[in-house]
Amino acid sequence: MSQLIIGHKIAQDEWTRVIPPLYGDEPIRKQAGKVVMFKLHGEDTFTQKQIDGTEIPASDKILLPLPIWLANKEALASRMAAGEIGIVLQTHEPIETLAEAFDDLNSLPVIAVYVQIFADGRNFTLGNLLRTRYGFKNELRAVGDIMCDQLFFLKRSGFNSYQIKEGRNAEEAIASLNDFTEPYQSATDDVPVWRRVSR
Amino acid sequence: MYKYDKIDQQLVNERVAQYRDQTRRYLAGELTEDDFRPIRLQNGLYIQRLAPMLRIAVPYGLLSSTQMHKLGDIAKKYDKDYGHFSTRQNLQLNWPKLEDVPDILEELATVEMHAIQTSGNCIRNITTDQFAGIAPDEVFDPRAMAEIMRQWSTFHPEFALLPRKFKIAVSGTKDDRAVVQMHDIGMEFFKNENDKIRIKMWVGGGLGRTPILGSVIHENLEWQHAISYAEAIIRTYNIHGRRDNSYKARIKILVKAMGIEAFKAQVEEEWSHLKDGPLTITQAEFDRVSAYFEPMAYETLPTSDASFDTNLASNPAFTSWVKRCVHAHKTDGYRAVTLSLKTHGEAPGDASSAQMHTTADLADAYSFGELRVSHQQNLILADVKLSNLFTVWEKARAAGLATANIGLLTDMICCPGGDFCNLANAKSLPIAKSIQAQFDNLDYLHDIGEIEINISGCMNGCGHHSVGHIGILGVDKDDEEWYQVSIGGKKGNDSSLGKVIGRSFAADEMPAVIQKLIDTYINERTDEEQFIDTVRRVGADPFKANVYAEKESA
Ligand code: SF4
Repeated sequence: MSQLIIGHKIAQDEWTRVIPPLYGDEPIRKQAGKVVMFKLHGEDTFTQKQIDGTEIPASDKILLPLPIWLANKEALASRMAAGEIGIVLQTHEPIETLAEAFDDLNSLPVIAVYVQIFADGRNFTLGNLLRTRYGFKNELRAVGDIMCDQLFFLKRSGFNSYQIKEGRNAEEAIASLNDFTEPYQSATDDVPVWRRVSR
Repeated sequence: MYKYDKIDQQLVNERVAQYRDQTRRYLAGELTEDDFRPIRLQNGLYIQRLAPMLRIAVPYGLLSSTQMHKLGDIAKKYDKDYGHFSTRQNLQLNWPKLEDVPDILEELATVEMHAIQTSGNCIRNITTDQFAGIAPDEVFDPRAMAEIMRQWSTFHPEFALLPRKFKIAVSGTKDDRAVVQMHDIGMEFFKNENDKIRIKMWVGGGLGRTPILGSVIHENLEWQHAISYAEAIIRTYNIHGRRDNSYKARIKILVKAMGIEAFKAQVEEEWSHLKDGPLTITQAEFDRVSAYFEPMAYETLPTSDASFDTNLASNPAFTSWVKRCVHAHKTDGYRAVTLSLKTHGEAPGDASSAQMHTTADLADAYSFGELRVSHQQNLILADVKLSNLFTVWEKARAAGLATANIGLLTDMICCPGGDFCNLANAKSLPIAKSIQAQFDNLDYLHDIGEIEINISGCMNGCGHHSVGHIGILGVDKDDEEWYQVSIGGKKGNDSSLGKVIGRSFAADEMPAVIQKLIDTYINERTDEEQFIDTVRRVGADPFKANVYAEKESA
């Protein structure tokens, strides 16, 4: 079982993350330079077949990938209004698409950012932008290939909950949130050290 | 130089503790090989062909004698009694044990050193001109800004896992010795007509697989915005840079794909949100850091020294060393000295523990206790009195550090290559050695004059082959090691990329090939021409004709 950390504590996960089915014929999507980038931006993250094949649980709180939400938003409007729906953003999806999909991002109780592999550091920028530019105030959750050694950076990039990958030690992950006492640079949590303390 | 306060020291200490724990978890089997890789890489630890390689950061190439002594001790205690100074002004240990690394880091921390971000896909060591602060042609001493940016980039949370490594260079002279156009971001600090400090900023330059000169992204940026503008650039890169193919992941590929105008537009849009915010460098912080880089306590000296003149007149070996290894200084009566790590027969950039201690002693006795590492892989005493040069020469010579070849053919840049590096197509060190053996005559070297031969063991170009006047690149042909030769590369303000002269060569052909290139130059040159000038004037054809002549008739 993967464990959830909220703030500095292991917590019960109230949310079910909806994962579209894999059929084996999906194109591989990775962010890229110009040509592919603009092509990507015009494309859906999941194939129509995946979107159509996604089963959405009829009750409970669910985390939906952005395209799944967009394809079902009329049907799910009342659950959204009831605060039962959060959104999962994948790192290659433009943050603008997410922002445009909602009048007020703070109507979402949770935004989760999904990374497929540890080495994908786009989640740091996305977290930062969600907090600083888009003013998102609710739970910002890191999901996917998340383990102890990103947590300090994730926290500074605005995340406040972390779904630790299965088989990884959540206690160690919590301890790592305190690895450094006085970081140098500004991030979502603080100004640069030279504005923070007198040296 | 910069001294740690308690914040700096605490951060480095906490890093040691963190890495000690990570190593423990790895050795205990709690972290898999795959999990541990990005972690150790962030800490400068590679697993090489034969052993781990640990890269120790030497921020912008500046070292105190205490630090150098410590490096000498560490090389003796944990390695095979030597270290390798790299083209990134860092020190590499080729034989440390993985389980010793936490102890090595702990020892380094006692002298305000670390291995943070010396590898991995993050912002790497910021480099600058080895003559920063003392060069007569300098308009702005870039070291305080380099230190401010070192701190900013250290454990930057947003840029910890970029698409690829990210290198920044800064300089404060018109004559660019920091190769700023060959970096992911290059900054040249200058003074505008009102005497205000400004930055000319380049982006997307780089060596390696696709060598390319940077494009100017800002002509005239106020220095206070150095960090906010860099953040805008790197943020744009972090989101849009390619991650599907590591060979196409550097920012240069993104800049090229988008075009500099479109890229700049994105950056400017991003910057509009950051400009004048908390990232703006304050005068107070600039002054605090600059105070560490005040000029040394120089004596007031005459511009000449009688004993120096006498030695110069009577000792030809000293004279040729002065010609090659002694450099101008801002202050009357002082000179900078290069201690050559290009001894014939030794791997370029290698220094033994004993040599490290000697250089530290020399620094203490004659150069205010400071040393510098140049990106040409030599060591520098930046502030030596004219009257002490002869003594420094004698002592350096006794330690094998006075080969009078700086800027000459045997002052080659060479990556560790196939002897140490996993990525290599071919060995590079033996090629350097065989060329040194071919040209082991100082008078002849002086006659050939200034030339840069750069050698890389693979396309990654750590040996900067594409900007060598002669570039040598290891290539793999049917599992054999071959060498591709290019000529006409140059770094500096009038940078150019070398062009390949033709089919590649086997290792044992290389000394003869270089000899033929040199012979061609000697035939073709005018009195005042260096090798690169001749190549630029006559083109590659006469060189090719000579190199390939025999082959075709045979
Ligand atoms: S150029 Fe290639 S062989 Fe040489 S050090 Fe770099 S990666 Fe290794």
